Amino acid sequence: MANLAAVVGIGQTKYTTKRTDVSIAGLVREAAVNALKDADLGWDDIDAVIIGKAPDMFEGVIMPEIYLTDALGCNGKPMLRVHTAGSVGGSTALVAASHVQSGTFKRVLTVAFEKQSESNAMWALSNPQPFSTHLNAGAGGYFAPIIREYMRRSNAPYDVGIKVAVKDRLHGARNPLAHLQKPDITMKEVEESFMLWDPIRFLESCPSSDGACAMIIANEELAEQAPKSPAWIRGGAMRSEPTMFAGRDEVNPQAGRDCAADVFQQAGITDPRKELDVAEVYVPFSWYEPMWLENLGFAPVGEGWKLTMDGATSLIDGGDIPWNPSGGVLSSNPIGASGMIRFAEAARQVRGDAGDHQVAGAKLALGHAYGGGAQFFSMWVVGSEKP
Amino acid sequence: MRDIAICAYQQTDIVSDAGAQNEVELIMPVLGRTFAQAGINNAQDVDFVCSGSCDYLQGAAFAFVLGVDALGAVPPIKESHVEMDAAWALYEAILKIRMGHANSALVYGFGKSSPGELPIVLSQQLDPYYLAPLWVDSISLAALQARLMLEQGLITERDMAEVVSRSRRNARNNPHAQLKGDISPEDVLAEETYVSPLRKSDCCPVSDGACAMIIATVDQAQAWGLPYAVISGIDHCIETHNLGMRDLTDSVSTRMAANHAGMNAGKVDVAELYAPFSHQELILTRALGLDAETQVNPSGGVLAGNLMMASGLSRIGEVFNRIVNGEAQRGIAHATSGPCLQHNLVAVLEKGENA
Repeated sequence: MANLAAVVGIGQTKYTTKRTDVSIAGLVREAAVNALKDADLGWDDIDAVIIGKAPDMFEGVIMPEIYLTDALGCNGKPMLRVHTAGSVGGSTALVAASHVQSGTFKRVLTVAFEKQSESNAMWALSNPQPFSTHLNAGAGGYFAPIIREYMRRSNAPYDVGIKVAVKDRLHGARNPLAHLQKPDITMKEVEESFMLWDPIRFLESCPSSDGACAMIIANEELAEQAPKSPAWIRGGAMRSEPTMFAGRDEVNPQAGRDCAADVFQQAGITDPRKELDVAEVYVPFSWYEPMWLENLGFAPVGEGWKLTMDGATSLIDGGDIPWNPSGGVLSSNPIGASGMIRFAEAARQVRGDAGDHQVAGAKLALGHAYGGGAQFFSMWVVGSEKP
Repeated sequence: MRDIAICAYQQTDIVSDAGAQNEVELIMPVLGRTFAQAGINNAQDVDFVCSGSCDYLQGAAFAFVLGVDALGAVPPIKESHVEMDAAWALYEAILKIRMGHANSALVYGFGKSSPGELPIVLSQQLDPYYLAPLWVDSISLAALQARLMLEQGLITERDMAEVVSRSRRNARNNPHAQLKGDISPEDVLAEETYVSPLRKSDCCPVSDGACAMIIATVDQAQAWGLPYAVISGIDHCIETHNLGMRDLTDSVSTRMAANHAGMNAGKVDVAELYAPFSHQELILTRALGLDAETQVNPSGGVLAGNLMMASGLSRIGEVFNRIVNGEAQRGIAHATSGPCLQHNLVAVLEKGENA
């Protein structure tokens, strides 16, 4: 029943530790201008702006959309600000798409960003709360025990995470926008990097990046007139589950399984490994690749690590289902933007516009994001062909 | 496009200090009453949930995360959140229903402003490089705006005092209002100025509380057999953040939103305007061209109690209440965000069947 919508323009910044040359406004504008150029459009062609980022405490700007309206050409237009934890980049893209799929708007701009160099994520995530246990942990400390439980359940060899860390950095070396450029990385180098939160080593973790990602989403009529091939949205889904629930399986969350089932059903996919050509999946710590391979149904429970070890997810090894050819979150992590980058990189693949990390002939791709303590999921499937 | 109806609305009492109650404890009773009003059991019985809140009120990242725990999200639900007033959460939910991915939705907003110094906290939503370091608080910016109005002869201090007096009188009929009573314009004018030219009574109070709403397609509302009000139009617009580039005595974006939402297609019996300062109610009334035909802020408006992140949604809820109570056929509700009415939303509500 939803109206058709497609991505007609994508813009990103070069991801890096510190963008001292631009303000927050300059950063988001750079991504937006790149997206407009990619779509061969101007500011007047945009009907509304949908912006997303991780918690306001990261940069210390409350509701930054209020300040960013000028930089995003939004004056006199609707501006919506989405915040759904780390999945926000994906959720923001889905909310932007709903502006078009509902028939309310013809063409919208969506932007997600994080300027981690102007923030302290560890502080923002750990300030104590009255009446609550003080969780003095960043994301790595939170996820490490969940990873250990995955290792126990699956009996996966100890070096699966190391393999993912190498694979995604070799992918990232093919993507000039990726923050980490490590074309010579080896298993040994990752294994010898220091242990941060056992079993997560330094090189098995995502970096801390500045960056922004933007997309322009248009209705069917305008997408068909677009100068470059559109990426048609074939399905979109979000799911949330509670944080404090005794029956929660944090290794293989029900919300992730349900979200995947929903988006695949919309896209008519029954066997994701076979039918999808490529996936951009939120993997901030290396072991989340095998965990999400199972959660998303690319492998039976307990066997996700086998795909990783067989090279099935490696573009360079010619795997049948490359995961994160852009280098993924392990190569660039502007937190609030990381989900949208997954969605945008999936769209780049099916537009045949992914440069040196293009999966040959990609027609159908998954973009995935998760957030919080893996309670929040958002996903879309995009295709080169109109549904 | 599918017609969408409001089927249920509930809110907490608006209080100056909710004490040791945390955000989840503020939300849960309101959700329970909202589900009861709609005749459903919990959030599993709607297709989509969207909320509005602000991390900086709670002083913690991810204020909404524990809110999800209040919903009974087992099995997992389709859920989203805006870091905006819940009126914009309603907007997101409407898009979701229009696109056919949901037939019904729960929308809620909450804020506990009492633990912090709200006007100072809000200074941090200004441009982080040029304005936020000056710590210009929200009351001082509103005072500049009121001063412009007075000096241009657009309003008098007595006009502002009359807004306050009417708000407190109207609030006597609002069981949830924080500030209510019989105060005359003279009483207001006798007060000392607080941040000149504003008196304390010209400023909304700091409040704690929450509100929730259930919306659905008109088909679904009829299947439920509930009285409902149809949301015949809703739109919002933002203006430049640069205060020096705006005419602060007008609200262009409110007028644009109202026009897009179709306000002028019929008589407006009632208008609930999110005006945190008395002079802003006058700006909004003029920008919308409302006359004596329209009753403005019969609830007392936010001068009688301001639930940050929920006041916009509660304006819409108040108009819904008037319509289903038979006091009005058609009304508009307004929500605002940002300093000096920077971002504005207008919804038009009309009487549905059974209402």
